[in-house]
Amino acid sequence: MKRFLLPLGLFAIVVGFLAAGLTLNPREVPSPLVGRPVPDFALPQLHDPRKVFSPKDLAGQVWLLNVWASWCSGCKEEHPVLMQLAQSGSVPVYGMDYKDQRTEALAWLKRQGDPYSLSVMDEAGRIGIDYGVYGVPETFVIDKKGVIRYKQIGPLDQEALDRKVLPLVRELQNQ
Amino acid sequence: MSLFLLLLCLMPGVTFAQEARPLGENPAVEARLKTLAVELRCLVCQNQTLADSNAPLAEDLRREVREMIAKNMTDEQIIEFLVTRYGDFVRYRPPFKMTTFLLWVGPFLLLATGTAVLMVSLRRRAQKTEEATLSPEEQARVAQLLEGKKGSTT
Repeated sequence: MKRFLLPLGLFAIVVGFLAAGLTLNPREVPSPLVGRPVPDFALPQLHDPRKVFSPKDLAGQVWLLNVWASWCSGCKEEHPVLMQLAQSGSVPVYGMDYKDQRTEALAWLKRQGDPYSLSVMDEAGRIGIDYGVYGVPETFVIDKKGVIRYKQIGPLDQEALDRKVLPLVRELQNQ
Repeated sequence: MSLFLLLLCLMPGVTFAQEARPLGENPAVEARLKTLAVELRCLVCQNQTLADSNAPLAEDLRREVREMIAKNMTDEQIIEFLVTRYGDFVRYRPPFKMTTFLLWVGPFLLLATGTAVLMVSLRRRAQKTEEATLSPEEQARVAQLLEGKKGSTT
């Protein structure tokens, strides 16, 4: 009986590792950008392409950068959460319309509602690369000093918002 | 009418047909892109390299790498560019660090423990077979049994 204990123990350890592995999401690659300053850009605004927006304009504020597109299905999923967040006024949300057409993006916002203080257009997806974007939607929490403090890959749901994003935002706002 | 058909048959020869050109024009750049891209992972379809993937992001990243090659950046600089944005995950050969220690050394550790277990159990087994010596009474009984068996078969 005793000689079965070792294989059984090893088996239990392997099962433990596999079980933990199942709960992890392989699509969530930890971003090396967390803890680093936001990559700078100057992009035309979606509603008024003559105006340019840069992250520097928001120095001294805590804000969210949400990367979205009209072609992205996950964005539709998270949209109500963003709308509610915008209405609550707890933190400003800025949008980056990623690899999208202006007319379609505008129509999408008209249809679904516009939660963004403003959106910029990254038509070629170049700034997206600077932000390590690979699975739209993605959301960044940026602190008063312009440092990325958190990155959400994939749709922002109510749970992630209540448990991670909003507590972090409150903490950063009080700093 | 037949003249027209004949002309029609000759048309393809007249038209300027060409293979679809790759996006990059410079063959030297393409060659370097190819060697680099097989080392890099596409983050959208994670089990494909940047060279294989048709995802729009992979296309964009290939464009970016192409431009960096054109700017005469070294391979290390280009990989560094991608790693600062996407993390070590983009590399198919992750660097040796504290976090990747088990990844690199793990298989050898498993091999070493396996060999150790095998050695120990083999040695134990060898000891067991040595211990199995027969007492004089047992020897006699074996001889008797063998004798008896011989007798029964013949």
